[in-house]
Amino acid sequence: MNERTARLRRESLDAQPTLSEERALLVTAFYQEHEGKHSVPMMRALCFRDLCERKTVWIGEGELIVGERGPRPKAVPTYPELTCHSLEDLSILSTREKTRYHVPPSCFEAYERTVIPYWRGRSMRERLFEQLPAEWHEAYGAGIFTEFMEQRAPGHTVLDGKIYTRGLRDFRGDITRAVAALDFATDPEAYDKREELRAMDTACEAAILYAERHAEAAEALAAGETDSRRWAELLKIAEVCRRVPAHAPRDFHEALQAYWFCHLAVITELNGWDAFSPGHLDQHLLPFYRRGLEEGTLTEAGARELLETFFVKFNNHPAPPKVGVTAAESGTYTDFANLNLGGLLADGSDGSNEVSHLLLEVIDEMHLLQPSSNVQISRKTSDAFLAHALRVIRKGYGFPSVFNADAVVEEQLRQGKTLEDARAGGCSGCVEVGAFGKEAYILTGYFNLSKVLELALHDGVDPRTGTRLGPATGSPEALGSFDDLFGAFAAQLSHFVEIKIRGNLLVERMVAELMPAPFLSVITDDCIAKGRDYNAGGARYNNTFIQFVGIGSLTDSLSALKQVVYDEGSETLPQLLSAMGTDFEGHEVLRKHLLDGTLKYGNDEDFADDLMVRAFDELIALVDGRPNGKGGCHRVEMLPTTCHVYFGSVTGATPDGRRAWTPLSEGISPVQGADRKGPTAVLRSAAKMDHIKTGGTLLNMKFTPSLLEGERGIASLAALVRAYFKMDGHHVQFNVVNADALREAQRHPEEHRDLIVRVAGYSDYFCDLSRALQDEIIARTEHGASPAG
Amino acid sequence: MSSPRGRIVNVQRFSLHDGPGIRTTVFFKGCPLDCAWCHNPESRSHDLSEGPGREVSVAEVLAEVVRDRPFYETSGGGVTFSGGEPLAQPEFLLACLEACRHGGLSAALDTCGFAPAETLLAAAALSDLVLYDLKALDDRVHREATGVSNAAILENLAALAQSSARIWIRMPVVPTLNDGVGQMAEAADLVRRLSGVERVCLLPYHALGVDKALRLGHRPRFGPFPSPSPEALDALAAPFRAAGMAVQIGG
Repeated sequence: MNERTARLRRESLDAQPTLSEERALLVTAFYQEHEGKHSVPMMRALCFRDLCERKTVWIGEGELIVGERGPRPKAVPTYPELTCHSLEDLSILSTREKTRYHVPPSCFEAYERTVIPYWRGRSMRERLFEQLPAEWHEAYGAGIFTEFMEQRAPGHTVLDGKIYTRGLRDFRGDITRAVAALDFATDPEAYDKREELRAMDTACEAAILYAERHAEAAEALAAGETDSRRWAELLKIAEVCRRVPAHAPRDFHEALQAYWFCHLAVITELNGWDAFSPGHLDQHLLPFYRRGLEEGTLTEAGARELLETFFVKFNNHPAPPKVGVTAAESGTYTDFANLNLGGLLADGSDGSNEVSHLLLEVIDEMHLLQPSSNVQISRKTSDAFLAHALRVIRKGYGFPSVFNADAVVEEQLRQGKTLEDARAGGCSGCVEVGAFGKEAYILTGYFNLSKVLELALHDGVDPRTGTRLGPATGSPEALGSFDDLFGAFAAQLSHFVEIKIRGNLLVERMVAELMPAPFLSVITDDCIAKGRDYNAGGARYNNTFIQFVGIGSLTDSLSALKQVVYDEGSETLPQLLSAMGTDFEGHEVLRKHLLDGTLKYGNDEDFADDLMVRAFDELIALVDGRPNGKGGCHRVEMLPTTCHVYFGSVTGATPDGRRAWTPLSEGISPVQGADRKGPTAVLRSAAKMDHIKTGGTLLNMKFTPSLLEGERGIASLAALVRAYFKMDGHHVQFNVVNADALREAQRHPEEHRDLIVRVAGYSDYFCDLSRALQDEIIARTEHGASPAG
Repeated sequence: MSSPRGRIVNVQRFSLHDGPGIRTTVFFKGCPLDCAWCHNPESRSHDLSEGPGREVSVAEVLAEVVRDRPFYETSGGGVTFSGGEPLAQPEFLLACLEACRHGGLSAALDTCGFAPAETLLAAAALSDLVLYDLKALDDRVHREATGVSNAAILENLAALAQSSARIWIRMPVVPTLNDGVGQMAEAADLVRRLSGVERVCLLPYHALGVDKALRLGHRPRFGPFPSPSPEALDALAAPFRAAGMAVQIGG
């Protein structure tokens, strides 16, 4: 870091996340004036253009890459057309203990007078809830699953390399040709396509206009600038903003700014999940980097500085806050932009290069919450690159996370993608696999496996509320064998998966109809060619995911039931349920036996792991390949973000000895503390599910720094990674920190504001986590080495 | 032929200190030595009724150690037979080593060397690496600290060096007991002349064994000893380095 980037970084860290009413007011005014005048796609595009014309342009002191989503850094806009915060929501956001957003009086006033009165009953969230059936609402309310689109728009996607060789003017040319090719005589959808294409064209125009406003602002600042160096920089910024994204970038600086304007356009148009990501940034930047060095127009230090100011831009953008139940489920400032480093090129060769190493150094120096980062490790990736990444990981930031690039390709081939598209794809958000620039891969919600087992154990009735939610699948007395019990679980699972999938199809259709994303469609193949929106099947590939949570807790519960009730016969099922019903009050001996005397997932014990595989195969059978409405399929993912805490809070005591309302296991990690045979056993257990059949799995491992000392520590960690990936493991991430350090941070948060830990698929500031999540992270097993000797 | 069974204390996976790479260490039960600093006091007794341990077949051992094969292959690791003293159960050890060789698993033998020479040489011939303890060169110190003379151990080491075995010499460094610079110089002089020695590992004493011994109801004869400082270890490594040998601090 030089002085400039150190200052920008510090300012970004110090800025208080604040809600800004600017976007909500502009959108409301636009809708009030234009409602009913345009087709839906044009309405969205014109509204986006209005935003680009009117929203505040911010150029901060010393910035090189410019543009903010809000009127200034960490000022977070809202999206009332998607989900309209109530005054109570705003008040909770501004007073809650963690991940607080300052809400100025002007924002309350705007919401009370203008935003809420207009959007009440009109927001996507309300319209979806109104249309979803009662059985869906019951399951949702009981915490069996969540719904992503009640908070934000679909998105979950990543850009490929197209904007580095073509400008938006080139895409407008494509759009013009696509409109000209429409045949109104034979194509009944020609009108819809034309409206969609017109909307895309308008969106391009809007983004160019937005960039030009930055050029004007930079020139205006230059006119009053007395420092000659900054004056020159401002003029350079103006030149860059006049060039991109209208035209293809010519140099390293323009390439970064071109991406950043696309990023801003995507996240201004709508509040898509996971913001937006540049994907294989190292690969995309390489030609600009090499040419700049060759021609003498760029130095390594200059590239580093640009990258660092680029990183600050991501960190300036806390996630727009949620409302309702998922506010508790996932309280975080992170917006899940995720860089991919290394990986493969489309021709199958190793994708890591000198910019990958440079980015690792930047990640290390900046260690900011955002952007998140990962390394894609293939068979072809050099040990040197993996070791470099592991040396950064060892510092304990919780990033980059580590992905199996070969598995990522294989997973996508199984989904029917071409080899080239699969290789040019990668991972975004937490661990989700997609074909970058060519796919709408939509996450639809988390799914609570332990709650489903709870219902199976109670004949379809939720013991928390006494409400019947699922079908009658047998009273405890009637479940005479383990197969009976597993059958009841499978039947309940099938019932709720059906409800979720039917809900997904309805939501998908409503979003396609009401919330097209014309700008995102421009930069996603093949929306222009098809004349269809990103949200309506315009992308080349369209997969829909359900994310299953807590396979570790489920497995340990099944294992305990099988062992204690059916094999040992030391407890009857009704006896065990009665003890669970009192949260093991007065049954401490039994609870201890369940905790310590039963076989657990994560120890490479086939007794437990076979049950995990049996449950996993059931998920695949129920979900994988089920068609969505866009020509794609439903797929399985195994990731929790922080939902295992919420799902735990609605799930009573479980047969594995877990207390009621406490967190469930996360991702495919073992239950916190259940793994006792070290990291190789954890990895072996985790690899027993067929990762290739998923769209991503998440495995968290925590190491104390002492285990990773020296080059031998790095070599051991690299060997763990390589072996897990040989077994087709999808992803692993390492938390490198000791529990005492975390407890200390818990006691004195003010002194440990910058302590970053891996939470689930992402990293977060430890002090911003809820106490429950903090405690859980502390409780996760610390894998110690065997003593020397 | 009836398959031999053996007594083991436990099987430790992800062991990083008993040879190269990621290893699984099988701790045999029973040791002929009684080291003052022993960090595995639970494996001292040969008797299964004393302390932890179980009787297992060779097939059971193999089934357990083969699980981490992917990690051995990516790290250059394998299985280490340690203890206790593996040579104290020769039939079982040889069968385990043969099974590893048959299964394509790299195997190391971690021994104190106090056993009949032919047993040692037979086991070494089936091992990819021998970790050979040299606890003290001064026989008086050796007797005092371990309960036995080092004469047979040194003879065995000479014999082992005559074979084709790859050898890592492991020297516990126990301050006040065997950490004299003079002793190290003597050891360096001895080791230098042995063929097959790839490296010397200086294992700094740690008090874990004392804690375990106390929990097991034993009272260690000496100690606890202070842990050696990194600087002291470097000084002790100097004679070996000067003799051109690779030295590793720690296992």
